[in-house]
This record gives sequence, structure tokens and C-alpha cells, in this order.
Amino acid sequence: MITAATKSADDTRDLGAQLATVARSGDVVLLSGDLGAGKTTFTQGFGRGLGVTEQITSPTFMLVQTYPGRLQLVHVDVYRLEHLQEIIDLGLPELLDDRSVALIEWGDEAAPVLPAEFLRVRIEFGAADDDRVLHVAPVGLSWGQRAVDLQGALERWTSGSELA
Amino acid sequence: MKVLGIETSCDETAAAVVEDGRTVVSSVVSSQVDLHARFGGVVPELASRAHVEVLNPVVAEALVEAGVEVPDAVAATVGPGLIGALLVGVSAAKALALVWDVPFVGVNHLEGHLYASLLEDPDLELPLVVLLVSGGHTMLIEMVDHGRYRLLGQTIDDAAGEAFDKVARYLGLGYPGGPAIDKLALEGDPKAIAFPRSMLNEGYDFSFSGLKTSVVRYVKAHPAVDTADVAASFQAAVVDVLVAKARRAAFDLGAPGICLAGGVAANSLLRDALVLACKEDGRRSFVPSRAMCTDNAAMIAAAGWWRLQSDGPSPLDTPANPNLKLRVV
Repeated sequence: MITAATKSADDTRDLGAQLATVARSGDVVLLSGDLGAGKTTFTQGFGRGLGVTEQITSPTFMLVQTYPGRLQLVHVDVYRLEHLQEIIDLGLPELLDDRSVALIEWGDEAAPVLPAEFLRVRIEFGAADDDRVLHVAPVGLSWGQRAVDLQGALERWTSGSELA
Repeated sequence: MKVLGIETSCDETAAAVVEDGRTVVSSVVSSQVDLHARFGGVVPELASRAHVEVLNPVVAEALVEAGVEVPDAVAATVGPGLIGALLVGVSAAKALALVWDVPFVGVNHLEGHLYASLLEDPDLELPLVVLLVSGGHTMLIEMVDHGRYRLLGQTIDDAAGEAFDKVARYLGLGYPGGPAIDKLALEGDPKAIAFPRSMLNEGYDFSFSGLKTSVVRYVKAHPAVDTADVAASFQAAVVDVLVAKARRAAFDLGAPGICLAGGVAANSLLRDALVLACKEDGRRSFVPSRAMCTDNAAMIAAAGWWRLQSDGPSPLDTPANPNLKLRVV
């Protein structure tokens, strides 16, 4: 588990963009965090890191939004879903193909019906209003093998020092 | 000309018959009818499986109510929305059009919301500024002509309707949150808490994510706060920004009218504030009836009729497109 600290929404976006440099096609990222923690903000940065140029907005209502990039970003939000069957009905396995990276907000709820390998990112409020603490945990072999790359990508935010 | 409209882009399965883009002859929305009792089917909540199971009875009901055996055309939402959900309605509409040998026309869901507002009052002076606010979208659009648009701005994070839902859920008011906040806000003081008016004076884009976060933060810091005051103050912050930007757009473009559309158009304060602003500025306001604000198929049938007039039928290989954009000039 890597713990990283950000100081602003832009900082959280930058972290997301850096994390995306470690992503490969077929990856799944599960995002969790309280309302207003910055899940969509993180995703905006992550998308930028994948080469997405379209404006990324919250997928809560639409449930799934896809954006073309170097790798296609599949942005899912299961906030409104109350039963696992509804998540299965979304056809997530079909969305998780080998040209895409899927980022699933409130994804912990969906974990039982998802692939066994994923990156878990949990965002918490920090001390100051715009501070956030991100807990990043690789689950499964594919992400486990990239633990060192993840450490490297997030170095700026794990050392505790201010940004240059 | 009677057009059958079919809408399956998100949660609702809906069918309707509308005459000449203006007169709603029938309008059936699955969540509003007791299909279980009448047809013995189940009505699951979300996603495509639900649409498959209720579409046929909903279409049959719309045709029976309208006293129509074969409509003159079939319109369906082709996007934006969930691909699995869209495909159900689009495939059904194409099959029906083929069997009945009548034109098929694909409709943009966002355009449908716009026509919901124009149903009762379709005699437009263009350009028209459209403020489209729903659970999934918040957009400011210039309607240059029927079927011709220019996107002026949109949300850069959360849609306004989503902010309503999430704040309502956080305050323990249940889902959907729009009507709950609308009602509770009547008992609260809209000036009690000075929530931020994000990007009020910056361009035509919107941002509601920061407002949502500041509501959460305020309630955490003031647990004893009157929930009605939070609801009223939050609603006022959203409405202030929406109306100010629509008003400014109309001024900048010299548009003679502003049209309110989408699910959030059902909000009392937003309706009143927009009508008042238009009255003050000497502009016409177009506000949809409350029943037409949320997803329905009458708006799709109406938009389909207008599209048939301007562009003719859509080819039968028109795909469902989850990321469909408005056609811009």
C-alpha cells in the first residue's frame, strides 16, 4: 500500500496523470472515497495521463462514459446501483476489453463481480480543506509486478515534501 | 402525422404518440404505470434487461391509449446514454418501422428535452438560448434553427441534477433528490449559508462539484444546522449560477428567448427565477410542463417529427451511439 498526499484539486489531477503512465490496456482501477473527496477530479487527471482530451465529467447519472485516448478510458460509477445484478447488467466484462482501462467509482461495491486483479485507490479528506490523502494498493499479480513503477510514479506525493 | 416515440437511454422505458410534433396523444413511462399488475411482468430498476422486459407492453399501451394501430413514423433515442439500454429501443424502433413500412428517425436525447419545452409553444423566434439541466447534463446551448445548435458551455464536473441528488442523499432526504430538496427548501432560509457560486462570472461553463463538497464540509462542521436552511441555501446557489449564465448568454447573443429543459426544469425556484429574469429583460421564456421535464418518449416523438421535416428519415443502419453529441452548426 502506498500513501500519498495532495494539496489541491490540481495536485490530485497531476497525481492521477502520473498514475496513468503505469496503466496498461485491460487494467481496472477501483476508486472509493466519500462524497466530495475527489474521485472525478482524480479521474480527470488519470484520463489526461491516458491522452484523453475530452472534458471528463461525473458518470453518476449515465453510469458509464467512454473517452478515446492513447488507451480508451471507460469511466464507470456504480453509486446509483443497489444490487450486484444491476452491475452485472451493465455488462462490465464487455467494457473491460484489451484496448481500454476501466476506472470504477464506488468500485468496492462491485468488487465481487469484477476481475481478481485491480488497483485500489481510496481518497480521504486531509487536514486542510483542499488536502487529500490517497491510499493506493495493487491487488493481484499484474499490478503487484508494477509496485516499483507505482512507487516511482507517486514519489512526489509520498515524500511529504512540498511540490517544486 | 402521428409519430411513435421510443425512449430507453437510461432508467426509463417510455413510448408515446405525438401528432405533428405538438400534440401529445399518449405518453407512457414504465415507472409510472403498474405494468406488473397489468402484464404480469417484473419491473427491475436499471439497465438494459429492464428495458427488454417492459418495452413491448409500454409500446402497446402507448398505441392503445392513442387509438393508433400503425403510426406514420417511428422515432427512437439513439444517444447519448447506456449502449445496452439504447440498443433495446433503437432495435425495436427499426424493427417496427420495417414491419409497418413507415420511416424510422433517430433522435438525440438532449434534443428531445429541448422539444419537450417547445411542445406547447413551438412558434420560435431564433436564436433561442437553451438551458438544459438534468441528472447527466448541464449545458447552455444556442438553438440556431430546428436541428442546428451551438454548444456555448457545459459542466466541467458534476451535472446540476447530480448535485441535487448527492446533496439530498447526504442530507438523508432520499432519492431522487431534486423534488426532496425543492420541497424542504420552502421551509428554509436561502440566505442562511453563503455557499459558493462557482464560475459565476467566468464564461458559460458550469462547475457544481465544489458546491457539493462545501455542503458536505459545512454540515460536518455544523452538525446542528437546520437541514431546511442547507437545502434552501444550496438550491439558491445552483439556481443563481444557472439563471445568471443563461441570462448573460441571451444578452450576449441578442436572443429573444430562453428555453429551460431537462429534469431539473421541474425545480420550482429555477422555473420562477428564470421566468422572472426573462420578464425583467423583456425576453420570452419557455418552461416545460412538469410531466415533460423528466425522461419521456413524447419529447422523442416531437423531436423526431421536427427531424423528419428538416432532414427526412434516418437510414436503418443508424447506430446507437452512447457518446452522441448535439449536431453543431
